[in-house]
Amino acid sequence: MKLKQTIKYMSLRLLKMVFTVLLVTTIIFFLIRLMPSNPVQRFIDEQMTQFGLTYDEALTRATFLFSMDLDQPVFQQYLEYIGNVARLDFGNSLLSPGVSVMEIIAARLPWTLFTVGTGLVISFILGVVIGAIMAFKRDKWYEPIVTGFASFLSAIPDFLIAIFFLLVFGVIRWNGESTIMPIRLMRGTYSMNVTPGWNFAFIQNIFLHGLIPILTYMFAQLGIWILLMKGATISCLKADYVTMANIRGLRPGKVLSSYIARNAMLPIVTEFAMRLGFIVGGSLIIEQLFVYQGIGLELLRATSGRDYPLMQGVFLIMTITIVLCNFLAELFYVVLDPRIKSKA
Amino acid sequence: MATKDVPYVTLSQSTRLKKLFEQIRYAILNNKAGLFGFVLLSLIVVMSVIAPVVFPLDTVSDPSKILQAPSSEHILGTDHLGRDIWKQIANGGRELLMLSLVTASIGVFLGLALGAFSAVIGGIFDSVMVFLADVWLSIPRLPLLVVFSGFFRLDSLTLAIILGILSWAGLYRTIRSEVLSLKQRDFIEAATMQDLSTSHIVFREISPNLIGFIAVNFTLLMRAAIYAQVGLFFLGILPLEQNWGVMINQAWTQGVIYNPNSILFILAPTIMISILIISLVWVGKALEDVFNPALRN
Repeated sequence: MKLKQTIKYMSLRLLKMVFTVLLVTTIIFFLIRLMPSNPVQRFIDEQMTQFGLTYDEALTRATFLFSMDLDQPVFQQYLEYIGNVARLDFGNSLLSPGVSVMEIIAARLPWTLFTVGTGLVISFILGVVIGAIMAFKRDKWYEPIVTGFASFLSAIPDFLIAIFFLLVFGVIRWNGESTIMPIRLMRGTYSMNVTPGWNFAFIQNIFLHGLIPILTYMFAQLGIWILLMKGATISCLKADYVTMANIRGLRPGKVLSSYIARNAMLPIVTEFAMRLGFIVGGSLIIEQLFVYQGIGLELLRATSGRDYPLMQGVFLIMTITIVLCNFLAELFYVVLDPRIKSKA
Repeated sequence: MATKDVPYVTLSQSTRLKKLFEQIRYAILNNKAGLFGFVLLSLIVVMSVIAPVVFPLDTVSDPSKILQAPSSEHILGTDHLGRDIWKQIANGGRELLMLSLVTASIGVFLGLALGAFSAVIGGIFDSVMVFLADVWLSIPRLPLLVVFSGFFRLDSLTLAIILGILSWAGLYRTIRSEVLSLKQRDFIEAATMQDLSTSHIVFREISPNLIGFIAVNFTLLMRAAIYAQVGLFFLGILPLEQNWGVMINQAWTQGVIYNPNSILFILAPTIMISILIISLVWVGKALEDVFNPALRN
């Protein structure tokens, strides 16, 4: 019975996931194909006027680049488009002809996931530990300072933190001679003189290049984890089962790990998976600031260059990342909290 | 005397408004962070109002004064066109404030109307709306706006309206759950039994009871709007006007950021935006304390 309910609960979530991706795909399709003066039409016109192609030639070219069969009725095209997206085939980039959108994404996405993921994991561990400590030391003098700092950090937009780091590490010459870090050499994902692969020099290099983005993601998220963990722990401290565990004379460490931590972590772990997705979506400003070639910078490049296939591909991948992370969050919740199964 | 002739006036908005102002006054005076936030916010508002008269913008560029360090004449230095930075700072908040007010008003109205109707009507409409809100929340907002900008020419007012419409889902969820608990109360049941229309129940019976809740979410929405707008201004997607986001964009694109002399060109708007957002958060927290006494410590 329980298993059946779990399956029902999860399949509903799966349905939602598919529907989200479908909705986004549909919006993008109609933007590209059906808007007056849509990109496909504009592309065909441009090819005809600039390169002197005939309409048929331009149409063939557009068909290839957008991977849409433009002779068919729109609905047919829509179905085909959905089919292509399901196979993760977004056509070819307009700006770099001959390169498929998926190749570009595959080259860029890992870097964003690397910086966002590393920053988020560090901030999560630090934040949970500090938050739990603060929940127990509420009478200490430093508690208001830490909590205040945490709420300050959580309120400030992440790109302002990024600008601040940029100024502190890369622009201001503290001793009058040089900056703390050679910020101009730290642009990009890795230096030219290292060979990509599992060697020490390369790994050291990518961490050096990703250092300030990682620091930014870390500080931007740290405050939220501290506040969440502190709140969750405090509300758990008051729960009956914790009082009961204390009355039963269990060791404080045991109460902390098995009774408080597990329950307090519950909402936070789900939040973690959800945030991972959203920061991938929000990474574009930070990547622009540090000229870090991740997926966000690619989206900006595609937008300013009117590279529609690349643009829609990147946006869809971002949505899919978020949706997958949300799904993972739900999955975590079911695994961690046995109560949810009976509610579904 | 008028109140005696029409006795229901005392039960209507006027007393509730009075109570609201009383509560806001309490919130602001009894919470240090709230008071501080309120003072900061008022200062920014006052500065925005008087700036065009007291500190008119430099409209002409002065090539002899490019990128100067702070001096007694230009207390924050000059920008890449030789214009005074302090004047730009003083004038830069107005637009952000107004646009975020537009966004927050639309977002709050949509969230309130949809959330309340959805909870009151219930049934399939409710389930569909919940489902849609879930779907909506997992579409990344900033990238979506960037993609939009590839198709339409966005100006900042359109953007403020789009942002307001886009932000219905978050508020919808919180309002809906709040209304679901309100629905159990007697006065709603009484209204239903009197066969009052749904819109009467939503706007006359339920909304006034949510006013504190709305005030809190209003500040949150304003904050989110400022975040998105400054982000898009920085990326250079919106047309360049005069505000702090554009200043950051200018400082960035002109490479001023690597000139240690004119660091204030980028630092000053950054700090101002931070102050604005922090003051909104503090005011919001103080309001929350008042309207949700369970959170008081």
